[in-house]
Parts: sequence; structure tokens; C-alpha cells
Amino acid sequence: MAAVLALSAVGLSLTFGVMRVVNVAHGEFFMLGAVLAWVVVQAVPSAPLGFVAALILCPLVVGAVAALADTAILKRLNYDPEATIVATIGISYILQQGALSFFGPDARAVEAPFSLRLQFPWFGYSGYKLFVVIAAGLVLLAVWLFMTRSRAGLVMRATQVDRNTARAFGINVDRVYAGTFALGAALAAVAAVLIVPIQQAHYLMGHDPLLLSFIVVIIGGLGSIRGTLIAALLIGLSDGIISMFFTPTLAKIVATLAVALVLVFRPQGLFGARA
Amino acid sequence: MRALSLHLAVLALLLALHFVLPAYHHANLARIMVLAVFAMGYNIAFGYTGLLSLGHALFLSAGMFGAGLLIQHFGLTAAPALLIGTLAGAAMAALTGLLALRTAGVSLMIVTLMFAQAGYLTLLYFGAVTGGDEGFPVPAAGRVAFGLNLAAEGPRYLVALGLFALALMGNLALVRSRFGRVMVAMRENEERSRMLGYNPFAVKLGVMVLSGLYAGAAGAFYGVMFGYVGATFATIPYSILPLLYVLLGGAGVTLGPLLGAVLMFYLIDLASSHTTAQLAVTGGALLVLVLFAPKGILGSLRERGLASWLP
Amino acid sequence: MASVILQAEGLKRHFGGLKAVDGVDLALNAGEIHALIGPNGAGKTTLVSLLSGRQVPDAGAIRFDGTDITRLPAHERVRRGIGYTFQITAIYAGLSVFDNLALAVQRGHTRDLSRAVTEAAARVGLEDLLPQIAGTLSYGHQRLLEIGMGLALHPRLLILDEPTQGFAAGEIEGFMALVRGLVPATTVLLIEHNMDVVMALAERITVLDQGRVLASGLPAEIRANRAVQDAYLGGSHAGD
Ligand SMILES: Nc1ncnc2c1ncn2[C@@H]1O[C@H](COP(=O)(O)OP(=O)(O)OP(=O)(O)O)[C@@H](O)[C@H]1O
Ligand SMILES: [Mg+2]
Repeated sequence: MAAVLALSAVGLSLTFGVMRVVNVAHGEFFMLGAVLAWVVVQAVPSAPLGFVAALILCPLVVGAVAALADTAILKRLNYDPEATIVATIGISYILQQGALSFFGPDARAVEAPFSLRLQFPWFGYSGYKLFVVIAAGLVLLAVWLFMTRSRAGLVMRATQVDRNTARAFGINVDRVYAGTFALGAALAAVAAVLIVPIQQAHYLMGHDPLLLSFIVVIIGGLGSIRGTLIAALLIGLSDGIISMFFTPTLAKIVATLAVALVLVFRPQGLFGARA
Repeated sequence: MRALSLHLAVLALLLALHFVLPAYHHANLARIMVLAVFAMGYNIAFGYTGLLSLGHALFLSAGMFGAGLLIQHFGLTAAPALLIGTLAGAAMAALTGLLALRTAGVSLMIVTLMFAQAGYLTLLYFGAVTGGDEGFPVPAAGRVAFGLNLAAEGPRYLVALGLFALALMGNLALVRSRFGRVMVAMRENEERSRMLGYNPFAVKLGVMVLSGLYAGAAGAFYGVMFGYVGATFATIPYSILPLLYVLLGGAGVTLGPLLGAVLMFYLIDLASSHTTAQLAVTGGALLVLVLFAPKGILGSLRERGLASWLP
Repeated sequence: MASVILQAEGLKRHFGGLKAVDGVDLALNAGEIHALIGPNGAGKTTLVSLLSGRQVPDAGAIRFDGTDITRLPAHERVRRGIGYTFQITAIYAGLSVFDNLALAVQRGHTRDLSRAVTEAAARVGLEDLLPQIAGTLSYGHQRLLEIGMGLALHPRLLILDEPTQGFAAGEIEGFMALVRGLVPATTVLLIEHNMDVVMALAERITVLDQGRVLASGLPAEIRANRAVQDAYLGGSHAGD
């Protein structure tokens, strides 16, 4: 879970970090990824092939939807922070509606592309879960390299520091923003595709990942990708520990309140001293 | 003078509608008036003071459960339960404000959202008492206040109108008062207001409490009048609802919440009778409003100078 | 020797490596007009921000009227009588001139608000513009409104940060008369680049340079001070 959480949260962190946009529709992009994965897997007869197709197609589609939303809506708002939040709430309603209308209100399961069970001496471990962890790790590594090493990453970081200066240096800020927004959403979609075989796809499923992603991003310090990763790991691990002591609902209450208090008393995040 | 006459005329119109409306719309309007009180409270915080909260469902449900639980578990009658429920909304807002108002802007939005979500989860956690997702019907005995049976259509409408009238005139008096001027000053330029000797935190906290008072009253009356108390009223969509009403009708205009509530209620009503696309209507309305009419209907009128005297 | 109304000792405010205010002592006598001058970036605005509470000093102490106010928040200092006008005009652009002034006037719990507001407007010559939206005023009128709001607080100490910026020549005369009329009931701390205004108004002058006090004293002493001439007044005044 921690790995998938990190993926989704990094997507959110990216949009906030570069664009200063709090994307409330992030959970719905996640949901869209999961729902599309189900559609793709249904369309492709062979199970492993369908899954691979979903893993490639869904992020692309979701990314495209996000880019469209960015140019059609967010750009017109001039990225005013409060207006964009209201707008992304609107987008999330519409995405939910889309999924509800075309996909129906039922939860659908997607079968894992393989069902290998690793048998350790003391406990069994689903091979698919292990695959998810490794895959998510690889994607995260790719994002990390992309941000730190590639030219596009450099451009994005430059835009993050100062939009106007970036523009003065001939960077097409509009394209960077659309790209960032798309990348952030695509990461959520990757996370979703990976998770569907474990959790079922449902039009309201975006809710929990959004909240969890918020938690991770806020604890990690908004916009700090390293902080987000650490926070995701911590939460993912402690999730298991907390739920041993509390019921899931109580655990969620505690986590939600804790995050709100972090935001009140340590707005730079627990690890985000230097973002 | 003009403003006062307009407000009184609106109230007179609502009273007249009581005698002429067919049953269906009569019942709708009673609901709308209570929801408009909720939105009015939201407008005090958002429209006038610039505090964008995404957690007002917390105050609404505090009022609703405050009243409902007292009736259900302690056999209180409607009148004291309504009063305590209203105060519960204000108390919850005070508590939230004390913490959340240390932040501003986007952080304030997220923090209020989180608090409201924690409140919703708490209602679920104590499902044995609160009825959880299912909620509970308010016992008939607890729906009589001052000899009026709030379960009956006629008295219900009149009580809703009474509450609405009180809230509206209170709202009008507030925004015309010296404190109302300070509220707007906070929205326009907080730093300047501080250098005129106003304590921004204290002003905003006061505003939050007032806003919570309105929301609590709306929640308490809604639960008792329509006989149902449930955790759904604590979910995020109920925090978005007043924002939507206010944006549509006009933020920072006293009559904006009512206009927004009427239009949005019937828009969703219309949409859901022909399609199943209520969500899209809500989402679409939000987008259209932020993109093309951020001042709402009355706000745009006022800005164009057509009704610059609107308070 | 007049009584000291405000006393600052060892004030420091650093922004990273930049020492905007670096160990400043300042004493204002009750009822005087005290000018604070210095080249651009000398730290004048930062210093008065510390006095008014808009910023917290890294070190040092401030006493106003005998009590330590170093830790008091800005709004509390305003209540105790330290009025402040912004260098960058900070009126409520979306509100009417009336509301702008009323927000300052109503602090005094005035009974007849509209009369008091009209009086406050008349002091800065804006009485005919009360219904106008402040953001639509000319720049000079906006500056006057900014000053009018500071005056309407009836402060015991009024801090004016470059008030005459953007004034026409004729308006400066009126402004000088206005400030002269404030003392001795009000003490005035005036940041000003226009040396004619400074020399005409100030009873004492403090010169700030690179966050430190270069000199402090009577106008004649400042005029004669070599260091000041080199640092600030430059060659044009050297021959005086
Ligand atoms: N918030 C801040 N962060 C970083 N540096 C600052 C900040 N405020 C002021 N400075 C710097 O501190 C120095 C002093 O600034 P200050 O505004 O006090 O000067 P000033 O004397 O008022 O200048 P002017 O005559 O131009 O108004 C300047 O170099 C300025 O750039
Ligand atoms: Mg300055």
C-alpha cells in the first residue's frame, strides 16, 4: 500500500509544487485510472496482455484528460489558488458523474495478471503485491530521475521557482503547466491500475486515496517530493501498525486530525524544512 | 431605506407564497429557506470576510445531531433541543476557528475540510449512538415546539419562514453595523486592518462563531422539521453546497444565498427528474461560476451599477 | 529636556545575510517632529516596521510611554497610540472613501460616525469625495487618504513613511501645514526623501545608513556633518 500511496501522493505533490494548485480532483483521476483499467482488461482477451495494455493506456488517457482540464479551465483562472480549488471540486464531480454514467454504480474487480504466491518459511506473500511494490518503486525512481536529470525536469523546477522569470527565459509556461498537471494525474492513474487487482474499481473510490494523498503530501511538506516519499513510507508502514490497535475508522480519524494539526502548527510539513 | 424595503418585500412574498403554492413546491420552499439560512452563515464567513471554508458541514451536522440526539436519547422537547443544537453549531465553529484560523487561504480550506471529515468519521465511529450512515428518524414527540407541530406542512413552512426572516434581518443588521464594516475590511486588506488596530484573529473568530451559529440553527431546524438526522449531512458535499449557493446567488450580498439556494435546488431537481446527472450539474455549475461569473448573479448586478445599493 | 515617548535600544533585523537594521538606538521626544532620513535601502521602512510591530526584531527592546512593547502585536500597539501610514499606499481600494475613513474613525467609538468621518476627510481635503470608491481616486488623493486614515486614529505617535511621494508641489505646502498642526499633541516620526520638507519641518533628524545610525541631532548639526554629506547628501549640499 505504501508504494502505491507514494505514487499517487507524488502526483499531487508535483502539481502543487510546480503549479501551486491543490488538485481536489486528484482522487478522481485515480478513480478514472482504475475504472479505465477495468474497461481495457475487459476489452483485451488475454489477462496479462490486457493488464500491460491498461498500464500503458490508462495513464495516457488520464493524463490527456488532465491536460485538457488544465488548458480549458485552470489556465483561464490564472491559477488563482482558491478559484482553482473550487474548479477542481467541480471537475471531480463531473468525473464522478462520467464514471457513474458509463460504468455504473457497482464495484468491479480486475484479476491480477498472475497469481504467484511466494512462500516464505514464516508467512506467505502474494507475488502480485510484491510486483506492485517493485513496479511502484521503479516508477518513482523514473520520476525522480526525470525531475533531477532531464531537461524537462529542469524546466519544471525552474518554473516552480519563478513563473515570470521562467517565461522571460523563453519557457512555454502554459505547456509546462499542462504537462505537469497531466503527469501528476498520470501518476495517480498508474497507482490506480496497479491497485485494481487488489481493490475493486468503483466510481466513488477516489475519496480515500485523495485523503491519504493529502495526508502524505502535507506531512511531507507541500511540494517537496523527497518529504512526500518519506511520509508515504512512514504512513504506509504505520498504517498497518495503527490498525492493529484501532479500528479502521478510528485510525482514519486520528490520521485526519493529525494532518490538520500539522498544517496548523507546522505548515512546512514534518520533513519539509527545506523543500 | 431601499435595501430594507427590498428585504421586507422578499419576506412578504415568501409569506404570500405560503397561501398559493401547490403542495410540492410549498414543501420544497420550506427546505430551501432552511438551507438558505445555512448558506447565509456561509456567506458571512466567505462572502463578507473572505474566509473560504470547506468544512461547514461540520457546523451543520453539529446543530442537527446536537438537537436530534437530545431528543432521541434524553427525550428533550423541540424548543430547548433547537436552541442547544444552534449553540452546538457555534461552539463547534469556535473550536474549529481557534485552530484553523491560524492558517489562511488554501491551508484554511484544507484544514477545515480535514476537520469536517474527522467529524463525519466520528459520527460513523459512534454509530451505536448516532445511527451512523443510516441515521435515525426524529421521534414525533420531539417535533412539537410551542404547540406547533413541525411535522405538519403548514406550521413547518411558517417556522422555516420565521427562522429565515430572523436570519436575514440579522444578516442585514450585521453587515450594516460597524463590525460588518470590519469584516469586509479583513477581506479587502488584512494587513491594513491590523494597522488600524483590529485584531484579525479575533475578528475572524467572531465571524466563524456567527457563521457556525447560522449553520447550527439550519442543521437543528432541518433535522427536527423534516424528521431525519443522518451522517450524510456531515459529508463533503454538504460543505460544498453552501459555497455553491453563495457563488451562484452572489457572495457578499445578503439576498445572494436565498437566490442561489432556490435556483440550485430547482436546477438539481430538474436535472434529476430527467436524467441521473445531478453530479454533473453540480460540477458544471461550479465550473461555470468560477470561470464566467465569480461574483454570482446579484454580485454581478451590483458591480454593473444596476443595484449598487444592495447590501 | 522634553520627556521621551518612544525609546528603542539595540534594534536588529536581519534578512539572511542582509543587515537591514543593525543595532539602532532611537529616542523620540514627546511632541516633536523627528525626521528619519537615509539613502534607498538604508533600512528606514524596516526600522519603523519594528516600531509599529509589523515585524519582530531579532534583538533589542522598544519602550513606548514607559512600557515595554517589544513583544506586543501590531494591532495592540495601534490601540496604545502608535499610528502608521504605509509607504506603499495600502487603502481599501474596493471600499468608498467614507468606509476607509470610518474604519479608522470608529476605533474611537464615536457616537456620530458620519460627522466624525466628514471631519476626518476635511483634514486632508477629501470631504467632497466621500462616496467615491477609493481605488478610483488619483494617486495623490490616495496618498492623502492614507494619511487621513492615520490621522483619524488620533495617535499619540504618528509614523509617516514617505508621505509626500507622489504629491504635486502645491499639495506639499498643505501637507506641511497639516503636520505642523499635529504637534505637540501628537509626536511625528517622518521618513522623507524631500530635503526641503525635512529641513522645514523637523526639529531633530536621525540619519540611517546600511542599517546603522550615522548621525542624530538638530537639522543644523546634520547639515554640517561630514559623514552625512559623504554618505547621503552628496556633493550638492557639501558647500553649505
Ligand atoms: N522582507 C524582506 N526580505 C528581505 N529583504 C528585505 C525585506 N524587507 C526589506 N529588505 C531589504 O532590507 C533593506 C532595507 O530595506 P528598507 O525597505 O527598510 O529600506 P528603506 O530605507 O525604507 O528604503 P527606501 O528609501 O527605498 O524606502 C533593503 O536592502 C531591502 O531590500
Ligand atoms: Mg522605505
